[in-house]
Amino acid sequence: MNAPVALSVRGLCKSFGALVVAQSIDVDLVPGARVGLIGPNGAGKTTFVNLLTGFLHPDAGTISLGGLSIEMMPPEKRVHHGLARTHQINTLLSEFCVRDNVAVAIAEREKFAWRMMRYRPQWRACLEEAQARLTEMGIGHIGDRIVRELPYGQQRLLEIAIALALKPRVLLLDEPAAGVPSAEAHHIHDVLVRLPSDIAILIIEHDMDVIFRFAREIIVLVQGRVLRRAAPAEIAVDPEVRAVYLGRTVI
Amino acid sequence: MAAVSDDKPAAPPTTNLGTGARYGWWLGLIGHAIPWAIVVLFFYMAGGYLSLGTQVLIWILFALSLDLALGYAGIVTLGQAAFFGIGAYAAGLFAIHVSPDPILGHLAAIAVAALFGLITGAMILHTTGVTFLMLTLAIVSMLFEYANQARSLTGGDDGLQGMTVNPIFGVFEFNIFGETAYVYAAVVLFIWFLISWRIVHSPFGRSLDGIRQNTRRMRAIGTPVWWRLLAVYTLSAAMAGSAGALSAHATRFVGLSVLSLLTSGIVTVMLILGGTRRLYGAFVGAAVYYLVQDETARISPYFWELVVGLMLIATVLFLEGGLLDLGRVGQRLFWRLRRRTDGR
Ligand SMILES: Nc1ncnc2c1ncn2[C@@H]1O[C@H](COP(=O)(O)OP(=O)(O)O)[C@@H](O)[C@H]1O
Ligand SMILES: [Mg+2]
Repeated sequence: MNAPVALSVRGLCKSFGALVVAQSIDVDLVPGARVGLIGPNGAGKTTFVNLLTGFLHPDAGTISLGGLSIEMMPPEKRVHHGLARTHQINTLLSEFCVRDNVAVAIAEREKFAWRMMRYRPQWRACLEEAQARLTEMGIGHIGDRIVRELPYGQQRLLEIAIALALKPRVLLLDEPAAGVPSAEAHHIHDVLVRLPSDIAILIIEHDMDVIFRFAREIIVLVQGRVLRRAAPAEIAVDPEVRAVYLGRTVI
Repeated sequence: MAAVSDDKPAAPPTTNLGTGARYGWWLGLIGHAIPWAIVVLFFYMAGGYLSLGTQVLIWILFALSLDLALGYAGIVTLGQAAFFGIGAYAAGLFAIHVSPDPILGHLAAIAVAALFGLITGAMILHTTGVTFLMLTLAIVSMLFEYANQARSLTGGDDGLQGMTVNPIFGVFEFNIFGETAYVYAAVVLFIWFLISWRIVHSPFGRSLDGIRQNTRRMRAIGTPVWWRLLAVYTLSAAMAGSAGALSAHATRFVGLSVLSLLTSGIVTVMLILGGTRRLYGAFVGAAVYYLVQDETARISPYFWELVVGLMLIATVLFLEGGLLDLGRVGQRLFWRLRRRTDGR
């Protein structure tokens, strides 16, 4: 167990009633990993992310984060141990401005978000860091805008900015470009390519061009079961994968 | 709303920002000055209405306590009367059985209400929505029934009588004209207002606002939601208990109605009328409620209920932010008119 594994999942199982959405899933992510998770709709990809982050409880299996067993922890604890995610559907503080959305996350990361007094220097630093992070992602100019009023594409970028602000060791991206018009999606893809190289990243994505460009390894999930785990080039020519998945989307 | 002036990053200030911020600061100061000036002026001009004024101050404090829980943190409760009532009974019983000192009694009442908030909050805050609402209702109803049955302790539906309250600091006596009670209530309200102001503008307050907007988002950034809610729930209970203690000391009487569901309902109506998440919404709501009640109840008590109902409906439908939004709507109209005349 001295291999440098950032995230290690063993025998993860989950069913909703009779519907099996995770069947004994084993996954390892090393630091700096770029793993793509693909599979047909309803395969259980989002459920997998929810299980890892603690929003759902597995029926069986273990999850370890940097050697620490986390499967019993509530989501917020897992975040503090370096596990961050984005959501397939925007999950933002829509009445706050963009910068505050990031700043609130930084305040939690720095563990002063509970303070009622003596917080001014930290909060100022927090806002500056938030602004810097937004600028880095190319959305520095909308820091003052209320999230509710933003186009969907920019909200998607904010999802990523918040997750990054938590300084995660492992980042789970659930369809980061979902719902974004393809003309704007390239902006999100540019951000993905520039993500810090030391973070282990699992990305769920339907655009095969993006995933083949970004991921060095691809996991194919079908009905809650890992069908294949291989390099993109192998996945592309795998007949079984093509039959259940690629054949329907890539012509 | 979240963007307070000092939220701007220190990095590149534009030339205009300075004067704009200073202007906003002055406006803010005036905004603070008006309500408190009214509180002070009322003392000199109230005449026979001073006791009514004290009641309004107490209800403002009560509504303010609800604003923290319901307005900021989004805790949808109908149990706020439990804390008000516990504060009132604690202050009353303390005066009868322990000491007639009002300050000590007040602190004791706050402590008891806070403890009750902490314990019940710990038991029910893991639930949300209708479940939570029902649990708060159940708690108030149980307390009400208990106070009703425990005649030897509470006086049942005759109310708690026979309190003696010493002068505050041994100097300011609670007299029949109610001057002491009014000033006392105003000072206590002011202290709680300052505390609330600090809280809602702190990172803690911001995280509460975040929890109200999107609990899942907050959990995803690592917020221990349950603890934050428990903290604000306890604080809100302490404030409501303080209001209850004021009520007991001001009237030297505690009626069973302090624990009734109606009391919870009225304070909610006041807060929503005035506007949530403003702090001053509680001021406007409680004042307007009493003012309109006083005017219309003379005509008929049923008429009064009709008016309150209509006001509430109108507010919820047309003024999302309560009556305080009237100012904003007026401001917008003013600027629009002005722009039009300037354009000509
Ligand atoms: N909370 C839930 N309760 C019951 N069924 C669910 C729940 N969440 C997801 N499902 C079902 O589990 C299956 C997998 O869903 P999901 O993980 O969202 O798929 P994917 O992200 O791969 O498209 C779907 O059939 C979905 O309807
Ligand atoms: Mg999904």
